[in-house]
Amino acid sequence: MIYKNIVCPVCGAACDDIQVEFGDGKIEARNACKMGNAKFKEVVSSHRLRQPLIKASGKLSPAAWDEALEKAADILISAKRPLLFMGSETSCEAHEIGLKIGEYLGAIVDSNATICHGPTAMGIQESGKVGATEGQKKNRGDLIVYWGTNPLESMPRQMSRYAVFPRGYWTKRGRFDRTVITVDPRKTPTAEASDLHIQLKPNSDYELISALLTLLHGKTPHPSVEAITGVPISVMEEMLDMMKHCNFGAISVGLGLSSSIGKHRNAEIAMNLVKELNNYTKFTLGALRGHCNVAGFNQVASYMYGYPFGLDFTRGYPRYNPGEFTTVDLLREKDVDAALVMCADLVCHIPADCASYLAKIPMVCLDIAPCPTTAASDVVLPGVIDAMECDGTFYRLDDVAVHFEPFTSSPFGFTKSNEDTLKQLFEKIKARK
Amino acid sequence: MTEGVLIDKGKIESAGKMEEVVLIPIKEIDIKLEADVITPNSFAGKNAREIGNLPVWQGPETYPLSEFFEVIGSGGISAAETLIRIKGDAKRVKRIGEGMSAGKIEIEGSAGMHVGTGMKGGEIVVYGDADSWAGMEMTGGLLNIKGNAGDHVGCAYRGKWHGMKGGRIVIEGSARHQLGGGMDGGEILVEGNVEGFCGIRQNGGLIVVKGRALRGTGAEMAGGTIVIGGKIERFSPGFEYVSMVNSVKAGEVELIGEFKKFTGDYAISKRAKGVLYVAAEKNPEL
Ligand code: SF4
Repeated sequence: MIYKNIVCPVCGAACDDIQVEFGDGKIEARNACKMGNAKFKEVVSSHRLRQPLIKASGKLSPAAWDEALEKAADILISAKRPLLFMGSETSCEAHEIGLKIGEYLGAIVDSNATICHGPTAMGIQESGKVGATEGQKKNRGDLIVYWGTNPLESMPRQMSRYAVFPRGYWTKRGRFDRTVITVDPRKTPTAEASDLHIQLKPNSDYELISALLTLLHGKTPHPSVEAITGVPISVMEEMLDMMKHCNFGAISVGLGLSSSIGKHRNAEIAMNLVKELNNYTKFTLGALRGHCNVAGFNQVASYMYGYPFGLDFTRGYPRYNPGEFTTVDLLREKDVDAALVMCADLVCHIPADCASYLAKIPMVCLDIAPCPTTAASDVVLPGVIDAMECDGTFYRLDDVAVHFEPFTSSPFGFTKSNEDTLKQLFEKIKARK
Repeated sequence: MTEGVLIDKGKIESAGKMEEVVLIPIKEIDIKLEADVITPNSFAGKNAREIGNLPVWQGPETYPLSEFFEVIGSGGISAAETLIRIKGDAKRVKRIGEGMSAGKIEIEGSAGMHVGTGMKGGEIVVYGDADSWAGMEMTGGLLNIKGNAGDHVGCAYRGKWHGMKGGRIVIEGSARHQLGGGMDGGEILVEGNVEGFCGIRQNGGLIVVKGRALRGTGAEMAGGTIVIGGKIERFSPGFEYVSMVNSVKAGEVELIGEFKKFTGDYAISKRAKGVLYVAAEKNPEL
């Protein structure tokens, strides 16, 4: 069978034009990039987790679904302060249930933003953001700035579908109607395909933007900025000139901005620059979000509880303070004593001391395939692949909601989706606490 | 500071006779406590048993204070007449002295996050180190940290543009990032060093750092004064040189020494009125 307009559940681009040929244990995906293609193969992969597992004397062994759910509920109920990590590779509907469990238990609920674009979200809280959808960029954008990101390799179709190559309404000649600037300490393929590459020194983004703003205010930046950033003031002037004289500028930021030293202060000052450029022309900023639904948790959590990530429910109402209520900090400080990790191989993405503490405390993991996090868990619940085996909602990198329909169904009799699994778990928890 | 001396003309009016309440930690704390009840305000007028019954948070549960501390002595009639002495380490106890308006707290070890957050008056002495957010948005009183402090000392809460408004923070060791963020008034003195973004978004008040600063000093400041006595590793590009001065006067404080005076941060506004003094001897290239 051939299925059209399938949504790819890999990166933040959430491409919704994938054509899938599926049947007889074989799958072929068209339109998807390399990363997308690999993920579609998971549906038929022999590595898939196919049954619940429970750890007994250090070894994970198959268990009944109900027994695994009971054990999971037990771990969460017995903890003084559990951490619920709602990974981004699942639907907003699942996130919603996770947040509700968190509120019910008085737990911490966090998501991938805490280790990726969290500082960008914090930057928005500090200075506000002028944004645009990818569609606006496609139709209007004539100056595209990639700041600390390499989409040619990390989000391959963002340039071809939206920002650089496609022909838009006011950008009829595609790439020829657009100028591309890349700001990156490395010579990446994206930088090589750009019209101007600002090769700043690592971790000097703040000073570079600060100097651009100073120039914009008609002052000369302190000369030491040339040595700090490695960028001559004359080049900054050239860059600013391009920015002031375009019709529609769009900065796409990556982790090179928000996770280099300075973090949310980098994001904040970048948004200040964009705000002020709007005195001259239309300028916008957006983040190139890594995982498919990493924007979704931020949206759902903000909508339900007012904060985008790192929510603490211990006092019965949501509180927020990155550094105090966020995953890495809590693990480093040994300030949580059990965890539920869904659809994010957390053990692989946090500092070693945090990972080793996480491995020590009781942990429940919901995932589609074995990974270091499942190995460190006490209960493993097999995951359902969103956008392939169940329907739901992702938020795209530009915070546009994308509803997805599956082309097959959950391979399990005991659950229809990760949302369903969490609902069943919530029932078990409520029955006992 | 070359021969920098800090002359503090302001005086903390010494309180009269105080009743002392002693808290002795009785067990290891695993999940951190939130003990915003440890203030002279809530201890005043209570005896040891009543104080021991005050609730502290651990995760989503509350427990009586006596579960974690032995309580000796009673509070004074008012907050101003109450002295709380924590005999031991309170590293895993957050929010000590939050919002207090009078009296005194002495912590004979280190303090957890948010010590003295929102404090309005009185005095806190931390003999060890203080974790992040010490004195967040405080409006009055004295917070004296004898060891080192973490991030966000005297800072504004996330996304807020106004931090500390009054009072005084003295750190005898070093502090980390974002010291005095959004500060509107009051004074912060650091004997040691600071890291990045000291005085970010400052609108008023005075920050004096005797040691070195890493980067982002005075970033986005629109008002107020910062004095750095050591080297600034990476100078903020939005500051403009004004002149050499041989003393700095800000409010009640006077500093003697050769300083280069800058104004800014012109990255945040054309009309920014922040003043940054850096020790001339330590920063010849600026
Ligand atoms: S760009 Fe991203 S969403 Fe699109 S096909 Fe590739 S991995 Fe999937």
